Amino acid sequence: MSLLIKNAKIVGPDKIALKAQNILIEKGMIKEITGEECPSNIKTIDARGCYVVPGFIDLHVHFREPGREDKETIETGSKAAVKGGFTTVLCMPNTTPVIDNKLIVEGIMKEARRVGLLNVIPVGAITKGQKGEELSDLFELKEAGCLAVSEDGATVQNSNLMRLAMDYCKMTGLFVMDHCQDGFLSQGGVMNEGYHSTVLGMKGDPGISETVVVARDIELSRYLNAPIHLVHMSLKRSMELIQQAKKQGIQVTAEACPHHFSLSDDMVASFNTSFKVNPPLRSKEDVSAIKKAIKDGVIDCISTDHAPHTREDKEQDFDHAPFGMIGLETALGVTVSELVLQDYLTWPQLVQRMSLKPAELLQLDNKGKIKEGFDADITIIDPEAEWEVRAEDFVSKSSNSPFIGRTLKSKVKYTIYGGKVVYQCYTKSIN
Amino acid sequence: MEWTKHDLLDLHDLSRAELELILKTAKSFKEVSSREVKKVPALRGKTVVTLFFEPSTRTRVSFELAAKRLSADTLNIAASGSSLSKGETVLDTALNIEAMNVDAIIVRHFSSGVPSILAENLRSSVINAGDGCRAHPTQALLDMFTIQERFGRIEGLKVGIVGDILHSRVARSNIHGLTRMGASVTVCGPSTLMPIGIEKLGVNVNYNLDDVIQESDVIMLLRIQKERQQEKYLPSIREYAKVFGIRQQRLQKAKKRVLIMHPGPTNRGVELTADIADGEHSVILEQVTNGVAIRMAILYLLLGTKK
Repeated sequence: MSLLIKNAKIVGPDKIALKAQNILIEKGMIKEITGEECPSNIKTIDARGCYVVPGFIDLHVHFREPGREDKETIETGSKAAVKGGFTTVLCMPNTTPVIDNKLIVEGIMKEARRVGLLNVIPVGAITKGQKGEELSDLFELKEAGCLAVSEDGATVQNSNLMRLAMDYCKMTGLFVMDHCQDGFLSQGGVMNEGYHSTVLGMKGDPGISETVVVARDIELSRYLNAPIHLVHMSLKRSMELIQQAKKQGIQVTAEACPHHFSLSDDMVASFNTSFKVNPPLRSKEDVSAIKKAIKDGVIDCISTDHAPHTREDKEQDFDHAPFGMIGLETALGVTVSELVLQDYLTWPQLVQRMSLKPAELLQLDNKGKIKEGFDADITIIDPEAEWEVRAEDFVSKSSNSPFIGRTLKSKVKYTIYGGKVVYQCYTKSIN
Repeated sequence: MEWTKHDLLDLHDLSRAELELILKTAKSFKEVSSREVKKVPALRGKTVVTLFFEPSTRTRVSFELAAKRLSADTLNIAASGSSLSKGETVLDTALNIEAMNVDAIIVRHFSSGVPSILAENLRSSVINAGDGCRAHPTQALLDMFTIQERFGRIEGLKVGIVGDILHSRVARSNIHGLTRMGASVTVCGPSTLMPIGIEKLGVNVNYNLDDVIQESDVIMLLRIQKERQQEKYLPSIREYAKVFGIRQQRLQKAKKRVLIMHPGPTNRGVELTADIADGEHSVILEQVTNGVAIRMAILYLLLGTKK
């Protein structure tokens, strides 16, 4: 099966191509990128007026299957992902049962292949059952298809166990991701600790619950000479620690989420539980620091931490509603609106943070670039499209988004995965 | 000044003129409770429901009496006896009550913000009778009423609030109300129970109780909850009583006309000794008396002045 994208303005990690080109796709790969005429007898997408970028890679989603299929399934999560322009996602292990053995990994990958919309890679739990007691069978997880491990929200609290995990994963080549949160410091917290938690009378999660673990992980990484990836960083102080560590050559990488660079803790005053997330929305100062850190490359990539919850679960009072918000379908719009339009990122830098860098971190050698011989994972974006986020438009099974009502800029027109069109926006045809 | 608000959620939302109107209205209602026949027909035909998700005696009874003295019909729902224990959400419970055509829902809930969410979704007036650690507006209003009655003013007075500020909705509402009325507020208590950034609310922070006693016209004590010790905020209740408890000898340095207040229930021997609770400076029972007047005023303003 062949596909031609004509008039493609390709955005690479370094520059936006000056001239529109034609991309010829064959057998799921990018066969040729040329300024010359291409065969006209094959399926053709005219990308005039659009940016053509390597498919986005999200290192952090929750697809809830198995266990909470009422919130999301691999199928509905996949649909949300491709609508957002993603062609590879890493799904976190906090399912029921936990992703800590070969059978569950295989089950998820089998279902993802059946759905067939994008590349879904399960992330294994660092310890069995996310209990923080004994390491999962990590070689077996790797063999089954995990590229990365994480304890997700449970965070390995025991520093010695974390040391062993990082050491062992260095040997196996598994990418270690850490949700940095000292459970004693954050216990009971439902929002950022600060002026606003004081006014609202809510239990605060102090920023130090994150930074003490960031500091610990950096020290473990330095000592073991082992890489560590810090997920959804939310604080100015974390940026400082990471920047310093990188300067010293420590193998630390980090990601940040759109909600942490666009929303702040004063917004919790609405008591809208869609604003309840872990780590919590932080201060405006933290928000600016994250934007700057993304610009400076202290933050390597943007991930969504897409965390669907049912209306029933989110309709509880603020103290009891679960943490998390969906993000796959709004990630591009928020990133463009908050970072590109505000001159923190250029389009090529956006491609670095959302495609190339995550591909490099996972050593997905054929992804992250639009280049001959690479996988044909391609997203076509109308950079000028403006759209309002509406609850009824989400294809995710859940609609717990804090961005409902906002107008965002840039919209995915087509998502192509392995040379196949897996999403097409029908609202306004560009053909 | 005309009353325009539909709900009472947090004193933060009220202007000084609105606060003064409530205090003035309460003054005229206080007289009703001292009559032989303690009833006026102001809210005849109205239905007022108390919906409490946290145990309370004083506040609930005070609201109920206030409504009854205004001739409203009252109904009390407590969480333990409701369908909440069957998994119904708070909003569902409230919507079901409202479907029976009630005029006001007085809600107390352990989680901050619940009264605000109800107010957004209900036609009835919502009165916050305490939510999480956030607000307890009628308690602060009755405290302000008591202070005004004793001093003839609030402006320019020095008020010390002593105890567990972190978990106190009474402290937060009093801070909003008293500072708006021109009082100078100092908060005092163990540093582990002092919320971060509290000084941004326009209060002074002082960890030395003796200083606070010496400078204050009003000393407002907060109940210290035993579980705070289990949560490790405090080394012991014994040490708390020693450092932050009020006893006779300490009070010698206080101003002559100092008022000792407490929202109750008191832990005698912890926040204050029994002789002080019952002594000449204590207005603890007057606060309770004034609570009915304040709640009558609130119910009247919310329900009785609308055409």
